[in-house]
Amino acid sequence: MTCAVVVFPGSNCDQDAYHAVKDVVGQDAEYVWHKATSLGNADAVILPGGFAHGDYLRTGAMARFSPIMRAVEAFAAAGGPVLGVCNGFQILLEAGLLPGAMLRNSGLKFRCEHVHVRVEQIDTPFTCRCREGQVLRIPIAHGEGNYFAAPDVVDRLERQRQVVFRYTTAEGVVTDQANPNGSTAAIAGLCNEARNVVGLMPHPERACESALGSADGLFVLESVVEWLARRANRPVLERVASVG
Amino acid sequence: MRAQVFVTLKPSVFDPQGRTIADALHSLGYAGVEDVRQGKYFELDLVTMEPSAARALAAEVADKLLANPVIESYRIEVS
Repeated sequence: MTCAVVVFPGSNCDQDAYHAVKDVVGQDAEYVWHKATSLGNADAVILPGGFAHGDYLRTGAMARFSPIMRAVEAFAAAGGPVLGVCNGFQILLEAGLLPGAMLRNSGLKFRCEHVHVRVEQIDTPFTCRCREGQVLRIPIAHGEGNYFAAPDVVDRLERQRQVVFRYTTAEGVVTDQANPNGSTAAIAGLCNEARNVVGLMPHPERACESALGSADGLFVLESVVEWLARRANRPVLERVASVG
Repeated sequence: MRAQVFVTLKPSVFDPQGRTIADALHSLGYAGVEDVRQGKYFELDLVTMEPSAARALAAEVADKLLANPVIESYRIEVS
């Protein structure tokens, strides 16, 4: 797998994502500057965390118009796996690749700590190595992660199984205390209708080595490797089946 | 012309910053301030001298970038 890590002016988790993909998961990674117009031969794309364009105006508002986002939109429309982490998630929301918006954390604090998220869906490129209901321990670091969408949109997300991660206790129970930012329905991560674009506020790339406190983020990054391998094999299997 | 764009959170959206400012004012003794909503204010200097064109351009810019329609609404004044 070759994973493109998009770098915006103000991205600050790009090196973490690159390190996790390249050195820990053992796949190829390439930085792609936000002014580029092509993702090259990337099989997967990560929009990393940080403060793209200084978070001026709104988080992700300006990054949405960076030239590379036209290529990311085309890649997503063609079914390519796209992961937005933290600020990358905010960019996906502003770009309309995922529904909803982020508000300031309900407690107004910048929350920087390990949290627990429950994996709600395992049929996405970034959760296919997880068990349904598995609880991951992953750090967050954000001031604006209070997910908001109109009630009818949230209903639709639930009905279409687009809520991929939810903040819970270590035991996997949704409580007000386990929700670090006031997100609607304790939503920590989402996917689009086609399920190939996933955004989440916690940072899996910062939780890929036990020396860093948790290696649970590997479930997310290794999922996409497996998902791509399955996709590559699928036509072969279908061909064999039709001949047999 | 100059267009002024006032962007505010929709009434249905909770404004944690506005609530905190209201709480601060209450602790300062301003019991007469019932609630506060925080917003953003933009001044656009426009080439056009035509008020309707100025308003249309400001609305286009607000829709595209200045406001996020999921959580915000806006009001425009031209002069």
